[in-house]
Order: sequence, then C-alpha cells, then structure tokens
Amino acid sequence: MEKFDVIVVGAGPSGNAAAYTLARAGLSVLQLERGESPGTKNVQGAILYADALEKIIPDFRDSAPLERHVAEQRMWLLDENQSCTGATYRDARFSQEPHNRYTIIRARFDRWFSGKVKDAGALVICETTVTELLRDPAGKVIGVRTERAQGDILADCVILADGANALLGERAGLRPRVKAEDMALAVKEVIFLPRETIESRFNIADTQGVVIEIAGNITHGMVGTGFLYTNRDSLAIGIGCMLADMKRQSLTPCQLLEGLKRHPAVQPLIEGAEMKEYSAHLIPEGGYRALPQLYGEGWLVVGDSAGFVNAVHREGSNLAMTSGRFAAETLIGLRQAGKPFTAANLAAYKRRLDDSFVMADLKKYQGVPELLHDHPHILGTYPRFLGDAAREALTVDGEPKRDKQKRILGELTRKRSVLGLLGDAYRFWRAFR
Amino acid sequence: MHIAVCIKQVPDSAQIRVHPVTNTIMRQGVPTIINPYDLFALEEALRIKDRTAAKVTVLTMGPPQADDALRKCLAFGADEAVLITDKVFSGADTLATSYVLAAALKTLDAREPVDLVFTGKQTIDGDTAQVGPGIATRLGYQLLTYVSKIRELDADSRRILVERRAEGGVQVLESALPAVVTMLEGTNEIRFADMPGMFRAARQEVERWNRDAIGVDLAKVGLKGSPTVVAQVFGPKPKAVKAFRVAGDTPAAMAEAFVDRLFADYPHLEEAMLEHLEQVDRQGAKE
Repeated sequence: MEKFDVIVVGAGPSGNAAAYTLARAGLSVLQLERGESPGTKNVQGAILYADALEKIIPDFRDSAPLERHVAEQRMWLLDENQSCTGATYRDARFSQEPHNRYTIIRARFDRWFSGKVKDAGALVICETTVTELLRDPAGKVIGVRTERAQGDILADCVILADGANALLGERAGLRPRVKAEDMALAVKEVIFLPRETIESRFNIADTQGVVIEIAGNITHGMVGTGFLYTNRDSLAIGIGCMLADMKRQSLTPCQLLEGLKRHPAVQPLIEGAEMKEYSAHLIPEGGYRALPQLYGEGWLVVGDSAGFVNAVHREGSNLAMTSGRFAAETLIGLRQAGKPFTAANLAAYKRRLDDSFVMADLKKYQGVPELLHDHPHILGTYPRFLGDAAREALTVDGEPKRDKQKRILGELTRKRSVLGLLGDAYRFWRAFR
Repeated sequence: MHIAVCIKQVPDSAQIRVHPVTNTIMRQGVPTIINPYDLFALEEALRIKDRTAAKVTVLTMGPPQADDALRKCLAFGADEAVLITDKVFSGADTLATSYVLAAALKTLDAREPVDLVFTGKQTIDGDTAQVGPGIATRLGYQLLTYVSKIRELDADSRRILVERRAEGGVQVLESALPAVVTMLEGTNEIRFADMPGMFRAARQEVERWNRDAIGVDLAKVGLKGSPTVVAQVFGPKPKAVKAFRVAGDTPAAMAEAFVDRLFADYPHLEEAMLEHLEQVDRQGAKE
C-alpha cells in the first residue's frame, strides 16, 4: 500500500496552500481532488487577497493568472426594484504596485496554483473522491479510502481541505453535520463583455478593476449579499443568502440573481453581456461559534471545511490559504523536531490560528450571524429607510426642509420605535465592536 | 503482442459554441476530453491485454497539453504513452496527421514490433474518419473499419476475426496482422481506473517525440503538408418559426384554440384530416 507523510484531501486554496508548503519543505505529499482538474469544483466571486498568497508564494504576481487589481470599491444598498443608495471608495494608491486585491477566475487560478504544488514535488491525483478516513484501533487517523479499487492509502497525517460540506469529518464522527443555519448558498454567473465596454462602463483602464458589494432588500429580507466584480473580459455577478432563509421563503437562488440582474442600477452595467458560466456553491458563514474541532489524532482541518469564512468582510480564500499554511507549518515543525502527529502535538495548529487574524477576526464578529438571524429586519428596514430618506431629501417639491427632515425622521420611528432603534444600535455595536 | 492505440484530445463538443458573427468555433474555456470514440478503441485494446498479457502503447499527436489525455490512458491501464509534439506539426489536416502518426508508428514498430493499431472510428471535432485508413495505407497494414466486435485474435497464426458494421448488415471479416482497427461506438465501456493505475499515471514519464525522433519530411507535416482548404464556414440557420401561446380557461378550450390556430396556419391540414375522418366513417359504416 502507498504511504505518504501527509495526504491533503482537496485542491482548493487551503489544500493547495498546505500541499505546496509541505512539499517545499521536503515532506512526501499526496493531494487528492475529486474534480477533473483542480478548480473545476471550486466557486468563488472571486477576489484574491494578495497578502495571504504572498506569504506562501512571494513572487506569485509574476506568473499567477490575475484579472484586474481592485482600484475602486463600491458598497450598494439596493431595494427590490428601484433605488440604489451607495458609497464609492476609489484610491489612486490602490493602483500602485504591489496591489493588495485582485479579481481572479478561479478555474484558471486554481490550475496555476496546482501547477505550483506539482512543481514543489507533491503528487496530485484528480478525479478521485476520498470516501472515508482510515483509523487504527485506537482511533488515530492513519490514511484515507478512495472510491477506486485498491483505493486505501496511508499517511502519518491527513489534512481535510474537502470544502464547505465537510463530509469527511462528519462521516468519521470528528464533527457534527453542518447546519443549514450556518450555510449560505451563493449563485454566480460569469458574463462576457468586450474589454473596452467594461472599461468605459466602470471608468477604469489597464488592469484596474471595480468591486461592488451589494446588500439591501434585493435579498427579499433574507440574510445575504450580492456582488459584481470586473474581470478582464467578463463580469462576475452573484448573490447569496442563508440556506435556512431560502428554504423558509422558498425562493430559488436563480430568482434572486435574475432580480439582481434586472435591477435598474445593475442592468445597464451588464447590458448585452453573454452568459458564459453559471455556478453555485455553499459558503460556511456560521462564524466563530460554528467552528468544529480543528485537529485530532493524525488529522487537521483547514479552509471552508473548518468554516474559516469572515462573512462580514466577504473574506474566505485568504483565511483558507492561511489556515492551510499554518497546518503545513505545524506539521513541518513537528517533523523537524522528530515529534509524532498526535492530537496533543497538533494543538500547535490551533495556537497558530489563535495568534493570527484568522481567529481574531472570527472572534470579533462572532455575534453577527446570531444578530442577523434573530433580527432579520435590520437588513430590510434600514436600507429601505436610507433609500426613502435619500429620495425625500433629493426631491425638490416646495416643502420646507425642516418639515421634510422631521417627516423623514418620523418615518424611521414609525417603522421602528425609539426603543427598537436604540436596541438595534446597541446590538450592532456589540456585534461589530 | 504489442498493440498501439492512437487517440486524440478534442474539445468537448457538447460545450462548444459557434461565434454568431465570424462562424468560427469558440474554443476559449472549452474543456478538452479524450475523443469518446477513441475510448472504445482503448478499452478494446485493454481487454485484449487482460486476456493475453499484450502490451498497450498509446500515441497522440498534439500540443504539450495532450499529456493530460495520455496520462488518463495510463491510468486506465495502458503500459506506455507517447506524445508526438512539435510546433511544425500544428495546423495539420487528416493527410498530414496520418502521415505523422504513421511515421511515429514506424518508429515504435522498429523498437518493438506492432501487431495491431486501434483507433476510434472518427473524432468528434473533425468527423472525417480518415486518419485510421490513412495510417493503414501508409503502413501497408490491413484495414478494418467500423469494427463492433473482435471475435478471435490469434497471435501465433497472426489472424484476427472481427464483426464490422456495414450497410444493411454485419460483415464478419478475417484478416492477417498487422492491422488497423477503427472501433465503433457503444461496443464496450471504458473501465474505472483503479488507485494503483492513478498512481502510475501520475508518476510515469510520458515520452515526447518531435520531428527528429520520427524522421519526417517537413513538407508533408503541419499546415504545409495539409492541402485541405476550408472554402466556407457557416452555422445552421436558426428556425424562423416562433412559439405562440395557447390561451383558454379550461384544457378543452385550450385544445380548441390550439386546433383552430393549427388549421389557420396550415389550411390543407384541416382538409386532409376531414377527408381522413370521412374515410374512417365510411369504413366503419361498411363493417
């Protein structure tokens, strides 16, 4: 039977980061991916956060397939059908190298990343699904079983980078089943437009790109957000909501996406574009309080599989890459010290996470999922009020300004009592502090 | 016994679109697959290997990315893989392709005599079915096209007995070896590679042969060696008939409206149907 130092299950950002780092350090690494090639099963907006990748491949900019650097960010509140209230941040410094964020197309990016993993010396095998973990009588994870004949493979440690569904850990009894309340379902289209059209519509040039993050009643009161990103010759447009909400409201993701595409603020930007790709994916957005056990005897879990997503800041792949790197560095450190991959020794992985932005950020926003879950009106009432207030204020109709402003404030307290407003303010402060 | 299987990496034609203006195929972002017909050829070769311990070598002419397709063949159980790749080979039509493949097979034969050459009946991108016969002609091998079954194969007497699809029936042909066999679709199903096969495919070296390795006349390869001229490319015209909505409060009313609309659009239809009904009535009355 084949035996490796480490088996990495999955070839997304976390798995690739782990496999690359391990192989570079000279450990024997097998990476198993169920997709036909790395990237075929992976879905993301997608924005690449340079910092996390830089710490793994410092010169990634020389060869990685990057679409555009983010030169401008817009935050939009969209109501169901009419208005858009927003803020724009454009900064010339965003266009100075080295850039901090890029739009990418994951199918291409993941292929590139996987090439780096192979070059580093890891053995990458695709189209092979890991069905379960192999355990010794004491319960230590000693390898994996694949769906293929003669498919058992041994390893000193298995890194679970198997993505949002986290089936392997669940099947092995290492974690509970993921909950619909903790999962967002996002759908996305990649639509083609000529480069010149994109650049004129978004007021950008060269490799500049625009990122639009979207919230408001476009999600029909469900907890969720949308996005519109510029690639070189295409746009990525998508929307995601909590799975449990969708189930309750029996709205399909494609209805939401069609609504977003038809919105008068969005429609002119995507006019004439041809759909090239449609995809959907789960995002674990349960945050800190939904984190599973992160390590055990002979195993570690990284990336989406561990639930490392900062839903508030729309970050995930950077947490994934960083957790993959930490997992690898933990194993490398233990191997160099001649220590076995026991649960006690692998606790060092958790300590690395605790000492980094990964856990700090997840802890900071730990109350947000609950807040939004318990007070869903927050995402409906305030955006709508903001839109209504803006419309009132900007409509010139002979009404004295004082009366108008009073009426607008009156609207707010009518929608939500003063006590309710104070309560929301307090809850917000507590969740985001 | 040494079996060579010629395969081609092709764009997945199910995912290909034709550019609405230029009428050219838009290959960008279209995944590549092993030509599905070639998989029937490979599986047939592997079944012979299972029975007789034959050696199976897979060849393809293509760009460096065709390495992926060859590795898949290794995973299924092929013993060796050769990628025939060189910039001068690009732009080849079926004439130049079969010339290069024949040269490569000659090189392979010199190293280890080839008894059988398998390939799919055609590719899904060109659909010509010319390369298999082109190879057989150049090598002077027997040619068995559209083979649906290999009934017997005797390495000692160097005979092969096959069933071949022909117009209006099945031919049973016996032939001497070496022969080129082009396999028909649906004759078998490619196996699911086992894990040791996957490891072998990931680790094994895929040999690369360029123009020097197979000794070709540069005037006969690639674009230069391809006399085929594409005079015109056109897409099928979309149908001009538009769908219409059938209104009505009840299913019966909808059916009525639908029939009315049909008769309005196709007046002769009403006449023909009435005539037919009368005929049925008359027959009924007679009985």
